[in-house]
Amino acid sequence: MTMSEPLSVIAPDGATNGYDPGLSEAELLHCYRTMLRVRAFDEICLKLQRSGRIGFSIPNLGIEGTQVGAASAFEKSDWLFPSYRDFGMALYHGITPLEMMHNMYGNAQDTAKGRQMPVHFSFDKPIRFVSISSPIGTHIPQAVGAAYASKLRGEDTVMLASFGDGGTSSLGFHSGLNFAGVWKAPVVFLCQNNGWAISCPVEEQTSSDGFAIKAEAYGMPGVVVDGNDVLAVRKTMLEAVERARSGGGPTLVECKTFRMGGHSTSDDPSRYVPAEQREEWEKKDPVLRFERFLEASGMWKAKDKEPMYSEALDEMSAAASEAEAVPKPGLESIFTDVYAELPPHLRRQGQELFELGKRKGDAAAGDGEFPL
Amino acid sequence: MTNAAISPRILDAEGKLCGADPELDKGLLRELFVHMMRVRCVDQRMLKLQRAGRVGFVGSMLGLEAAMIGSAAALEGRDWMWSGLREGGAALMRGLPLSEYIAQMYCNSNDTAKGRQMCNHLQHAASHYPSWSSVIGTQITHGVGAALAAKRRGLDEVHAVYFGDGATSSNGFHSGLNFAAVWKVRCVFLCVDNGWAISVPSKAQTAAPYVDKGKAYGMLAHEVDGNDVLATYQATKSLVERARAESEPALLVLKTYRMLGHSSSDDPSLYRDQAEVDEWAARDPIKRYAGYLTGLGVLGAGEQEEIEAKLLEEIDDEIRTQEAADPMALKTLVEDVYAEVPRHLRRQYNAFIEVAERHGEARPGDGAFPL
Amino acid sequence: MANLTLLQALNDGMKTAMRQDDSVVLFGEDVGLRGGVFLTTEGIQQEFGSERCFDTPLSEDGIVGAAIGMAMNGLRPIAEIQFQDFIFPGFDQIVSEAAKLRYRSGSQYTCPLVIRTPYGGGIRGGLYHSQSGEAYFCHTAGLKVVIPSTPHDAKGLLIASIEDPDPVLFLEPKALYRSVKGEVPEGHYTVDLTTIREVRPGKDVTVFCYGAMVPIAAKAAEQAAEKGIEVNVLDLRTLLPLDEDGVLEYAKRTGRVVVVHEAPRFCGFGGEISAIIAENAIEYMEAPIARVTGFDTPFPNTLEHHYLPDDRRVLDAIEHVHAF
Ligand SMILES: Cc1ncc(C[n+]2csc(CCOP(=O)(O)OP(=O)(O)O)c2C)c(N)n1
Ligand SMILES: Cc1ncc(C[n+]2csc(CCOP(=O)(O)OP(=O)(O)O)c2C)c(N)n1
Ligand SMILES: [Mg+2]
Ligand SMILES: [Mg+2]
Repeated sequence: MTMSEPLSVIAPDGATNGYDPGLSEAELLHCYRTMLRVRAFDEICLKLQRSGRIGFSIPNLGIEGTQVGAASAFEKSDWLFPSYRDFGMALYHGITPLEMMHNMYGNAQDTAKGRQMPVHFSFDKPIRFVSISSPIGTHIPQAVGAAYASKLRGEDTVMLASFGDGGTSSLGFHSGLNFAGVWKAPVVFLCQNNGWAISCPVEEQTSSDGFAIKAEAYGMPGVVVDGNDVLAVRKTMLEAVERARSGGGPTLVECKTFRMGGHSTSDDPSRYVPAEQREEWEKKDPVLRFERFLEASGMWKAKDKEPMYSEALDEMSAAASEAEAVPKPGLESIFTDVYAELPPHLRRQGQELFELGKRKGDAAAGDGEFPL
Repeated sequence: MTNAAISPRILDAEGKLCGADPELDKGLLRELFVHMMRVRCVDQRMLKLQRAGRVGFVGSMLGLEAAMIGSAAALEGRDWMWSGLREGGAALMRGLPLSEYIAQMYCNSNDTAKGRQMCNHLQHAASHYPSWSSVIGTQITHGVGAALAAKRRGLDEVHAVYFGDGATSSNGFHSGLNFAAVWKVRCVFLCVDNGWAISVPSKAQTAAPYVDKGKAYGMLAHEVDGNDVLATYQATKSLVERARAESEPALLVLKTYRMLGHSSSDDPSLYRDQAEVDEWAARDPIKRYAGYLTGLGVLGAGEQEEIEAKLLEEIDDEIRTQEAADPMALKTLVEDVYAEVPRHLRRQYNAFIEVAERHGEARPGDGAFPL
Repeated sequence: MANLTLLQALNDGMKTAMRQDDSVVLFGEDVGLRGGVFLTTEGIQQEFGSERCFDTPLSEDGIVGAAIGMAMNGLRPIAEIQFQDFIFPGFDQIVSEAAKLRYRSGSQYTCPLVIRTPYGGGIRGGLYHSQSGEAYFCHTAGLKVVIPSTPHDAKGLLIASIEDPDPVLFLEPKALYRSVKGEVPEGHYTVDLTTIREVRPGKDVTVFCYGAMVPIAAKAAEQAAEKGIEVNVLDLRTLLPLDEDGVLEYAKRTGRVVVVHEAPRFCGFGGEISAIIAENAIEYMEAPIARVTGFDTPFPNTLEHHYLPDDRRVLDAIEHVHAF
């Protein structure tokens, strides 16, 4: 049931051996541009973090192929339950860099009102990109529940639960996949095997022969795919999504890829990632791989890259500047959204805080009152 | 991964050899039978006591005698058994005194757990049978941690970790098997698939065959007929020996059937067909094994009844003794929370005992803690 | 004596315990080669090898459960949970198992282990890298809950916890990891659990606090002193079992009490302190007890400095109970 050789589509010379991704030239270029935009978002965020403008970021470098290939398999009506390393999927589906930058700055326009750490996005359009929670794996059974709900309600929505190699050890993985198997829920599990869970290499994460094989413990198919091959990822994910949509139940897809950056901007991977491993994966760059395909298909030329990438960088910088100018959330945002309605004890605690600020004459900008 | 030679079944339903003859010593064959009979007799008596309102709760072992005895008999004295609700009968074989077993059912002053647990939560430190909490699956990681400790301490003891089909969905199962495989510890995981997790059939617990769950952890896994004591014994023995020699864990699924309700508080007719129960009754592990032993000449005519009568007498004697034992001392309410009783608990107890004394409910020795 | 940060003192404490006793092992996520995400365990795998200091798969349930089994079978495990916010997959093992094993087995089985974990705000960690969950654990009989606030105590309490016969949850105020420094004796020493440390004497108002709130309370006390209010600041250090006699003793001295913690107020530890005083010493009280705490909301990110009690809020409460 489970294949252990990762599926790949794009050959070294850019040929696809007859595989038709079913995308127009414009759509393929959208995939490519998104990969560059992911990279640009990464680069800008790293700069912002290094210069102290934002507190934290999570690099996507190296996993752009998995991000875009996977995202491309879903419709806007589907739901994504992402991990913190999945903003490439958001960009693919049209969430704007500005919306994302509001979160990076935790400003008043941030959908999470500055309550979350950066990169913990929450969007509901144009696709449901469900609010990210830092504890690993907790979203997996949630995706399964949402998928089962869509099945029970007779809808054909498919849910994505995306997580890392480390996420497979979490309790959510075990309950999530087991429930999905029993319920035949319309959900696709995407395990992004990027080699590392912070400093824990995959060999220390589990003794199984890869991650796709874990599907067998739950009675569902498991597929391994070359995660740096955007078309192979798309093909596999599309099959899994269609299977889910047509009532065939869940699939576990393992994308073999590599985290080229640190775990986060607070991490120094040179402490533990062997240099040879990094160099080996550098050669497998997913963007270069896709370029070979585009070039072979006559859709792209090497000279196109530079302007496209600098355009992407400009787009991200502009979004950052705009988000930076937005003020912080008001003090009342500490107390709202805890419940549907502000309960009396929180109203009291809030009033005390506002009054103290006024009494001491150091109320911060935007510190307000509760709307009545 | 070496693949130990394992027969899924050695005895057919009539007790005829249908797999490789294990060529076991006749003394051992007979002993296994007596142990299985003891399990059945204890079970029968405990259920009777429960019906009579003498003990509160019983997790019946009926039908599981071969699974627990066959597997536990494959362990050495230095090995550990980490179990759940239903392996108390195997603990008896490994050294848990019958007196302590029954005292625990009565939760009286002879109960080594000092009456704090529900009935049917047994333990015996000397034979490495730790106390189980009622929380499904939590013992699995304990067994793995203990096996790692043994490895670090240079001991080759094997940790047999028991759990049910329902427990494969627990957190402990996932973390436990994953950690064990990564750490290469001497654990043999015994999944007693007895068909049911209370009212959930084992087919509805998961969409995969239980034995396939080994693959998720890169762990050797086998399945055998758990109503076949010889197949169970042989398979466990081979995996235990492999664990000991190679320091590699394995999963063994024992297919068996819980003949009665989940516990004495359960009515299985609410959720399962009698036909299924009857089908399994025909595969009764004791009847089947008795057939084999009779054919071998190890069990003579009328001997089973003699063994049974003797066991019941032993058990009944012990029941009388434990009935008469004192209830648990009141101080045990606050003892063993920490190594020493801290001041706040002494104070809480002292306030409590003062009220009890005023109402004439305290006994000698129940008095206050020094502060 | 060496002048160490709290983080270095913890590192020294672990190394000291591991040198002293071969059965002490240390494990968790990223504690090995990387030395922990905060570098608390830096150099330990190098010194003691990967048999005694090792990484685990990503499961807090597995980490705590396995620690219990190790402790039952002759080791002295120190299990690190990367952030207290991620302890909840292991909550069942802590609450149902570690804390109850001795009691349920009548002391036949015990699990002397330490679960170390950084807690609290101040690093812009948002909802899931900032929480103070002590109240969940203080409601659990059989567990000990320890929180240091100085390098000296961090090492001494940690070694005492490792040597303790019962399971200890050792909460490390991550905001203080590098921000406090102090003299730490070399080699082995312990600080007794269930003892209160007097941070600052004072006859007018008593402030009970712990962890990262200790320096905040001390700062507020200094400001109060400038206004002529002498504040007695007390670091509780062990929340469970609490030195209740000590709490009452100090509370009675001034009759005016403020309790400070960063965890939410409702059902927080301050409620317990207030209740103990109300039950046993109400007649000594000159003013209502005041609590300065985090709000009863999840932990925010951008506005965390408003969520966390600061010297302004503590001083305000001190003045309030003093003037009452
Ligand atoms: C329950 C829990 N434990 C620990 C952490 C700390 N942590 C954050 S990311 C991470 C590693 C995750 O690795 P993986 O699942 O492979 O995802 P990747 O970061 O490689 O994308 C850890 C241990 C957490 N967030 N949640
Ligand atoms: C964590 C947890 N959830 C629920 C229960 C209630 N419960 C007790 S036994 C049981 C079924 C266990 O089934 P299985 O693991 O197959 O063991 P069996 O009873 O069949 O031996 C359940 C749901 C429990 N004890 N612990
Ligand atoms: Mg990873
Ligand atoms: Mg069962």
